[in-house]
Amino acid sequence: MEIAGDVTTARDMGLVACTRCTRVWPLGTHKCGRCGHRLHSRDPHAMQRVWAFWAVGLMCYVPANLAPMLRTRTLVSSQENTIVGGAAELAQHGNWGIAMVILVASVLIPVGKFIAIAGLALGLRRPGALGPARRQQLYEVVDYIGRWSMIDVFVVAILSSLVQLGAVASVSPGPASLFFALSVIFTMLSAQSFDSRRIWDIEAVAPPAAPPIPAPPVTKAHPA
Amino acid sequence: MGDLSDLIACPHCDAVYRVAQPAHGERAVCARCHTVLIAPRRRAGEQLIALALAVVVLVITATLAPFLSIDAGGQHNAASVLDAALAFSGSGALALLSLAVAAGIVFIPVTRALLLIYVLTPIVRDRPPAPGAIVAFRLSEALRPWSMAEIFVIGCAVALVKIADLAAVEFGPGFWIFAVLVVLLVVQDNFMCRYSVWKSLET
Repeated sequence: MEIAGDVTTARDMGLVACTRCTRVWPLGTHKCGRCGHRLHSRDPHAMQRVWAFWAVGLMCYVPANLAPMLRTRTLVSSQENTIVGGAAELAQHGNWGIAMVILVASVLIPVGKFIAIAGLALGLRRPGALGPARRQQLYEVVDYIGRWSMIDVFVVAILSSLVQLGAVASVSPGPASLFFALSVIFTMLSAQSFDSRRIWDIEAVAPPAAPPIPAPPVTKAHPA
Repeated sequence: MGDLSDLIACPHCDAVYRVAQPAHGERAVCARCHTVLIAPRRRAGEQLIALALAVVVLVITATLAPFLSIDAGGQHNAASVLDAALAFSGSGALALLSLAVAAGIVFIPVTRALLLIYVLTPIVRDRPPAPGAIVAFRLSEALRPWSMAEIFVIGCAVALVKIADLAAVEFGPGFWIFAVLVVLLVVQDNFMCRYSVWKSLET
């Protein structure tokens, strides 16, 4: 990016920044004096945590798709649905919209997240096609969207509590709901462990000159 | 080196800037990664406290009021948010999921609201920060990604369409309370300038 040359990082200045409250401290400080957050210029163990949570999340995602998510009992029949099976059935009944919502929330987003986190982590070693700004955006999207995968677990919770009509129909949760929730939680932890400052380190090859530190540009806030 | 308290580092890309306090309604963004660094608002403290109080009241009423009700084949059933959270409680390991669901949609939003009230009230009244205010605000920030009330509301919409063919479904008061709540939670997040809060907790 064109303004990148003007940017001085805390590390260049021999400082360490608090990622929680944005205060800076001399390098070597271990704990933020303002908010008490632990300080790392670049956490050496961050990538291990990212990969560990990533792997556990992926392991939970497999049974989440193979085991039944919902058990439905009606007067005449009883059936068990996996995530994809349930969506396929909705599509057969003509509910294309909802089938798409479920497929996007429970298949596309989780799988996309696994790929995106792995891509971001691997991209730290050898810069790929995407520039830092794009990767930062990708990271923010992954971080933001992660929680939304929980929607499927909530749908199961709502259906199981609502559809309790004695002999007529009843719905109960299957074991996949637990695995799915765990998978979402672990991928969220994985994304949170990722230190996005590392994305920008690739750019910082210029010698740390000491330009005057600029004030951040000020814009009108969008009417929220 | 100068005074370090005049500097601010972008939490996402580590770029350092000299703090120039923006006027109310303006915001300072990182030139490199466009993260919003400072976004002060006039009377933000009072507004946030009011919102947090509303969140506490709404979550508690929404939890107890019937949320959705269903009619099919002469049978009737109504479920509250609490029932939805407890849906997993019957079956062994799934009980853990009950706890997680209850936490995400009820306990964490309420806890965050209470912590925020505790932290902001002395600041707004120009008193010294409450004891433990720093720990409280840190906890509130750490809980932020795990507050999932808005996702639950969208989940309701999906669940409704799923069973609309099978049965007649009606929204109870709980649903509407929760829908309002979600708007408040989003506004609360957008109003808060974290830099300003930390700055005022600094002694």
